[in-house]
Amino acid sequence: MDATPGPGVYVHVPFCATRCDYCAFATWTDKVHLVDAYVAAVLEEIAAAAEQEDLGPAATVYVGGGTPSLLPPSALCTIIEAIERQDGAEVTVECNPESTTNELMAALADCGVGRISLGVQSTSPRVLASLGRSQHPGSLRRAVSAIADAGIGRYNVDLIYGAADEHDADFAASLRDVFALDPAPSHLSAYALTIEAGTPLARDPHRHPDDDAQARRYILADEAAEAAGLSWYEISNWAVPGHESRHNLDCWRQGDYRGFGCAAHSHRGGRRFWNTVSFERYLAAIREGKTAVAGEERLDASRYAEEALELSLRTRWGVPEGAVSPDDRRLLVEEARLLEPRDDRLVLTRKGRILANEVAVRLRVPEPEHLSAPKVPSVTNR
Amino acid sequence: MVDASKIRNFSIISHVDHGKSTLSDRILELTGAVDPREMREQYLDSMDIERERGITIKAQNVRVHWRDHVLHLIDTPGHVDFGYEVSRSLAACEGVVLLVDASQGIEAQTLANCYLALENDLEIVAALNKIDLPAADPERYAAEIERVLGLPANQVLRISAKTGAGVDRLLDEVVARIPAPSADRDAATRALIFDSYYDQYRGVVSAVRVVDGVLRQHSKVRFFQAGSTHEVEEIGVRTPTPVPVAELGPGEVGYLIANVRNVGEARVGETVTDAGRPAGEPLPGYRDPKPMVYCGLYPVDGDEFPDLRDALEKLQLNDASVTYAPETSSALGFGFRCGFLGLLHMEIVRERLEREFGLSLIATAPSVEYVAHLTNGDTELVDNPSALPEAQRIEHIEEPLLSVTIVTPAEYVGTIIDLCQTRRGRQEKMQYLSAERLEMVYVLPLAEVVVDFFDQLKSRTKGYASLDYEPAGLQAAELVRVDLLLNGQPVDAFSAIVHRGRADEYGRKMAAKLRELIPRQLFDVPIQAAVGGRIIARETVKAKRKDVLAKCYGGDITRKRKLLEKQKEGKKRMKSIGRVEVPQEAFVSALRLDE
Repeated sequence: MDATPGPGVYVHVPFCATRCDYCAFATWTDKVHLVDAYVAAVLEEIAAAAEQEDLGPAATVYVGGGTPSLLPPSALCTIIEAIERQDGAEVTVECNPESTTNELMAALADCGVGRISLGVQSTSPRVLASLGRSQHPGSLRRAVSAIADAGIGRYNVDLIYGAADEHDADFAASLRDVFALDPAPSHLSAYALTIEAGTPLARDPHRHPDDDAQARRYILADEAAEAAGLSWYEISNWAVPGHESRHNLDCWRQGDYRGFGCAAHSHRGGRRFWNTVSFERYLAAIREGKTAVAGEERLDASRYAEEALELSLRTRWGVPEGAVSPDDRRLLVEEARLLEPRDDRLVLTRKGRILANEVAVRLRVPEPEHLSAPKVPSVTNR
Repeated sequence: MVDASKIRNFSIISHVDHGKSTLSDRILELTGAVDPREMREQYLDSMDIERERGITIKAQNVRVHWRDHVLHLIDTPGHVDFGYEVSRSLAACEGVVLLVDASQGIEAQTLANCYLALENDLEIVAALNKIDLPAADPERYAAEIERVLGLPANQVLRISAKTGAGVDRLLDEVVARIPAPSADRDAATRALIFDSYYDQYRGVVSAVRVVDGVLRQHSKVRFFQAGSTHEVEEIGVRTPTPVPVAELGPGEVGYLIANVRNVGEARVGETVTDAGRPAGEPLPGYRDPKPMVYCGLYPVDGDEFPDLRDALEKLQLNDASVTYAPETSSALGFGFRCGFLGLLHMEIVRERLEREFGLSLIATAPSVEYVAHLTNGDTELVDNPSALPEAQRIEHIEEPLLSVTIVTPAEYVGTIIDLCQTRRGRQEKMQYLSAERLEMVYVLPLAEVVVDFFDQLKSRTKGYASLDYEPAGLQAAELVRVDLLLNGQPVDAFSAIVHRGRADEYGRKMAAKLRELIPRQLFDVPIQAAVGGRIIARETVKAKRKDVLAKCYGGDITRKRKLLEKQKEGKKRMKSIGRVEVPQEAFVSALRLDE
């Protein structure tokens, strides 16, 4: 793997068949008739960027949403092929189990997709219902077979824990079901259900997750992943060594990435910018040959260094020892045991991962002489 | 100078909302003192807080002319906290107008002030107000006034301050029935200060009533209590616009400006005499203002401590009854222990500090001043619970008492007796004012009154009961200090002195409240309430187990960083008690009385 991260490309697909109760993301269920116009606009935006921005060939491509698998296979492939990629670039597409068909997987494999991320969330119908989701029984198994049959070597499973109707046993069962799949996933993303303002879930306090329950379930996830041969490498992510998501890793390492599509975020050398969240305004801007960028921030050097620590803390490479004052070290390492020393760096313990904000708010940017670069191992792409 | 025989000096005694300010407004209009175009409501109340709360805090006075007589209307403070100020205002008068709402009847504080007027041999002109209202029942309340105060019912006037009906007749009665001041022009000068306020351009401006002799401009005067000598810079009368005069003769009421820098040197009750020919004795009745209620005031932002000190200094120029002394709290940092005349006074001062000086303050729970008699024979005054000496050094503790007068409709007697008993009260008197209303007098520990007694009384009687009180000495009591400990460390701001029988309840309540208010930390935080070394209540804030941002939506690192920044800001506003981080809001909520 390259010493410098990225660049990555993200493509946002803002369409869903139904909207989940917890989702605050830019996605719509009533705009399917605009799919063609949207795909055209994204292609336009990619072409304009290729002309105007000196991004270079992508090391990773990530098509997320929304539900990318709602697009016609040909449209997905056209988008992916429009992006200039390095040899062996990691290309990931997010899919729902229902729409992970043999036809789609074959098409994706043909255009260079080597990784599928499955939005499973839970295998319990009751828990899915309390998240405002549904899933046909058997669709997960069929999806996994389709991935394997197409020769796509790696897939991730997304799980969410902490729904109101979920018990520890439900989540443990989801983990068991997922790792019993054949082939088993080499990557797990397990996210704590988070209340986002403006969602149906936010308006229903009875369904808000309990911190203690979520802490217990995090431990269940960590234990199940470890038992299945996956190691944590970011707070919410586990992988068979070498199967980490390079796209996400590059994000945590402040790598450059370019986001296309409405509401997509980009990062370029300390400048973070984002496209308009409005579907209509996005289409109009691109149609008129204008930029879809709606906002940006440039961090000064010290804020940028702070951000680097906060992001790196989330990963198994942790932060340099100097990022924690001696007093905080006593508290965080010796007393509360949220951090542990590893190779001259301080890395979150399991307990610390669930309390990472408590550590993050205490970080300080060390003097340059106390900095040591994280030793990030290489990530294979195939 | 005005011929004393043409002068009438009077106050209006009235309950809050019975229409005193409206009557004052009508008198100003009717006598032509204020141009109708410049008239505004509550003309004499000058502070914002006075207008908003509809009460008078400072005594005002105004000179008006009525049918070739000069009337001085002395507007008295309208709250029991300022009882002493009321008594001095009455001392400047020969008579009072008793103003009673014709639909409500006489209330406790009015009754107390009427008793005071009678003791001082003041003439009482009684009037029932608001006779224009449908609920008015003047016959019934005139009879009540006759029964309670012995004033013939047929002499009780009926007026409407709002419409002006009967106000001219009232002024005629004031002239006819209230005696002119006795006047000895040749006696050594004695003038009574019944109010002082600080004007940033002129210094202290005092309201005075000349009792004997003459007060002259540019003369040298001596202040008896302060022991200071000043030159009279200006004297004058309020019409209500201030009009300077060369002399104020016996019986006249006006203002005095004599280059006094703060109101503490021109206190209410002070006697002013001629420095060249001083009177032998001051006028009777002076009393040092003594705080009844204390609390600690701390800036929410520790950096504002110097601002708070400056603000208190400035406020004291204007309100000599506020006392303050610096104190340190391990929980709240640097602040001041402040003394007040009562709870309303405390609230007003705090509100003025926040409003006029732009401060944001934390007030500790109000306390009273206890007298601790130590085993070694010493005596200590304790106005801050955390300063109470250890139990083994204390022989016994005395607490201040109040004599509380309550006037209530008869149907609420039971609930009031119940309230007073749970507050360790002792009944002294109970008498019917009429078939429906009665007067009760209880002796209660002051500490039991400062904690939501008024609110309780109001809610139990639907607002119909009224209250007056005066200090009634000390009594020995079984008192203990309850401390609250966080992670084994006492938090001084939460300590309270309470009766032994109520210590457990207080400890349990506070511990439970704190458990709700203190956010979860990295470790379990035990909360204990203790009396001496004995733990009487215990709660635990369980260690926090989860605090993490799970997912970053589509590479939106910015949002994640902003959430963390917000959390860091919140952390800065925490106060550390040992290892426990307590948000400011927790102190504010925990110290709030009503929960």
